Amino acid sequence: MAEQKVKKAKHLLRDIVDQHYKNAWDAKNRGEKVGWCASNFPEEICETLGVPVVYPENQAAAIAAKGAGLRMCEHAEANGYSNDICAYARVSLAYMDLKECKEMDMPQPDFVLCCNNICNQMIKWYENISKELNIPMILIDIPYNTEFETSDDRVKYIRAQFDYAIKQVEEITGKTFSQERFKEVMEISQRTSRAWLGATEYTKYTPSPLNGFDLFNHMAVAVCARGKVEAAEAFELLEKEYAQAVKDGTSTYRGEQKHRILFEGIACWPYLRHKLTTLMEHNINVVGTVYADAFGVIYNNVDEMMKAYSYVPNAVSFERALKMRVKAVTKNNCDGAVIHTNRSCKLWSGFMYELERQLREETGIPTVTFDGDQADPRNFSGAQYDTRVQGLYEVMEANKKGGNL
Amino acid sequence: MSNITGLLEQFGKIVANPKERLDEHIANGKKVIGCLPVYCPEEIVYAADMVPFGVWGAEREVSEAKTYFPAFICSILQTSLEMGLKGDLDKLSAVMIPVLCDSLKCMGQNWKQGVKNVEFIPVIHPQNRKMEAGVEFLKVQYTKIKNRLEEISGNKITDEKLQAAIDVYNEHRKTMREFVEVAAQYPHLITPTQRNAVIKSGYFIEKADHTKMVQELIKECKAQPQKEWDGIKVVTTGIIADSPSILKILEEHKIAIVADDIAHESRQFRTDIPACTDPLEALASQISVMEGCSVLYDPEKKRGDMIVDKVKECKADAIIVLMTKFCDPEEYDYPIMKKAFDKNEIPSISIEVDQQMRNYEQARTMVQTLSDMLA
Repeated sequence: MAEQKVKKAKHLLRDIVDQHYKNAWDAKNRGEKVGWCASNFPEEICETLGVPVVYPENQAAAIAAKGAGLRMCEHAEANGYSNDICAYARVSLAYMDLKECKEMDMPQPDFVLCCNNICNQMIKWYENISKELNIPMILIDIPYNTEFETSDDRVKYIRAQFDYAIKQVEEITGKTFSQERFKEVMEISQRTSRAWLGATEYTKYTPSPLNGFDLFNHMAVAVCARGKVEAAEAFELLEKEYAQAVKDGTSTYRGEQKHRILFEGIACWPYLRHKLTTLMEHNINVVGTVYADAFGVIYNNVDEMMKAYSYVPNAVSFERALKMRVKAVTKNNCDGAVIHTNRSCKLWSGFMYELERQLREETGIPTVTFDGDQADPRNFSGAQYDTRVQGLYEVMEANKKGGNL
Repeated sequence: MSNITGLLEQFGKIVANPKERLDEHIANGKKVIGCLPVYCPEEIVYAADMVPFGVWGAEREVSEAKTYFPAFICSILQTSLEMGLKGDLDKLSAVMIPVLCDSLKCMGQNWKQGVKNVEFIPVIHPQNRKMEAGVEFLKVQYTKIKNRLEEISGNKITDEKLQAAIDVYNEHRKTMREFVEVAAQYPHLITPTQRNAVIKSGYFIEKADHTKMVQELIKECKAQPQKEWDGIKVVTTGIIADSPSILKILEEHKIAIVADDIAHESRQFRTDIPACTDPLEALASQISVMEGCSVLYDPEKKRGDMIVDKVKECKADAIIVLMTKFCDPEEYDYPIMKKAFDKNEIPSISIEVDQQMRNYEQARTMVQTLSDMLA
């Protein structure tokens, strides 16, 4: 109990990720089969089966954050991959070839689990791993949703694949899917999601008890370890910490929070510190992201779970994508928005210009965009980013003083 | 010979001015539906007594589309959106836009926001296309499209009409496959530019008319003696290969295209609609038997070996990869294909192509090098 009190939620969350990778290594060393898994593949399958998986996107982000994005991207490019393709994919395909990276190692895969609800590049990336390593690939195809709601025919198609994926993983690993355990995992997932949503809700307070960039670190657990009791407990603790911080008037954001913004897009991991520092120099805190709602998927049954996986940010129509942003801005009283035009992500950036225009129109907030990349450091200019943030700051300041109203 | 020249000129005229063909359809009282890359169920449009019309970009400047797309989206979609935003496609009753790659997903959404007067009809293909549930899902999507096209056209699409459309299209596919073979046998009669015009023209006129024209050309060619080709024979692969400048460079180096794996060309007609009592199911099941396309899920990555087989079958000397700039599905396939080419000791070059391309010197140098190497 005494140890529980001193350990903060952020440490527990970090431990979950560390333990996750340790478990995968242990399993590999025992001779068990380990998978590489797309971040938004229904994690309930592997959790229920007790099959260890690791996440190439998570690894690529970590490698990029530790400064090795360029080295890995260049290796993939030397192997014939265009620098146009996603930098996460290039890092991962380089790792597949090199089999080691001192910035972050993880076990080699015996199979790959792919889900294209975040993009179709995932399919191509995993096809290549499957082919090069001669290992099986399992795909759950979640077709891009051009409609606002997910229709029953989509649910039926996704559900059939979900059921088939279970059979395939059973065959590959020799493990058996237990409906009882599945029910338990779904319940834990719901508990985790509620706690995640509860914790992220606290950004609506002024001042916000958290630095919005914290969510970039925490969301990995919300996505990949939802079915673990430890995840539910850690997020429940996080919720409590934020509640206390609101009472105490404290925050993990260091400094005065003069402006509140929506941060749109994936982080530029190689420059995370730079980006945060520039925001902090202008007393700007991130209080709105689409991650908050996106990964707090609430469902009551398996069909609803299928729907939940079709509502992740990149799988939805323009109208739904806009609504998510408008909600994040209004709920959290954002004064402005910083939008990342991510060179790695055609899908995230491909209709963002129009979304930005309509977001401005609907909410009246000023917005700026900057060019960046989630893992390739060559596609980000610190000077451009700083200038844009400075510009936004000036407009927000003027707005606050009533000058631009 | 003069007949062949005359026929080839007709195909050339069609591709030189697609807009004129569009106006013609409208003047003839037909409604026209735009069909974007890579696969659209044209048969359903045909069965509704409307005309499917290919929209695969154009060699033109992009200005307004830049306010919707970032710079790193392929020029096929940039220029297609530009045409929509500029009103060049206003006469279309709707456009069908698939979601087969990430850029296409955004294309549909941008079209819906930016081109309000031409309706957007999404075409949602399943990627788990070998699964029964995938085909069933596609059948539901095609049913939705059918219902909408019935409303737009005011015509009922019966099973009989659909079956008749499938027959027309399968006949067209067969004819086009034969044409590709004939073009390989008579490279001295059909240049790469003319070969492309014959294929591309099929996007702008009624399929039955196109079939007749191509059959006529085939007949005329076959009446001519075959000649030993003293140039180079290549197989092309990529999304699109209609750049007049690139095709001209090939001609300058006496390069004949003896087969292709181009999405805009052979990938459209190398797989028939399978026979099935339910025509809509037949249409939906085609995707489950298609192979070797970068936008269709294939963990076995058969494409490279398929191209190698084609090279051997056609006794080609080399492979030319026409890599559409910013086309990630193709870019992912390339390293795997290249390994297959190298393993089989087939020379290959990869030329980056883009509809905004102005400088072809790099392409020329690469073709020159290939030509020298094979000389």
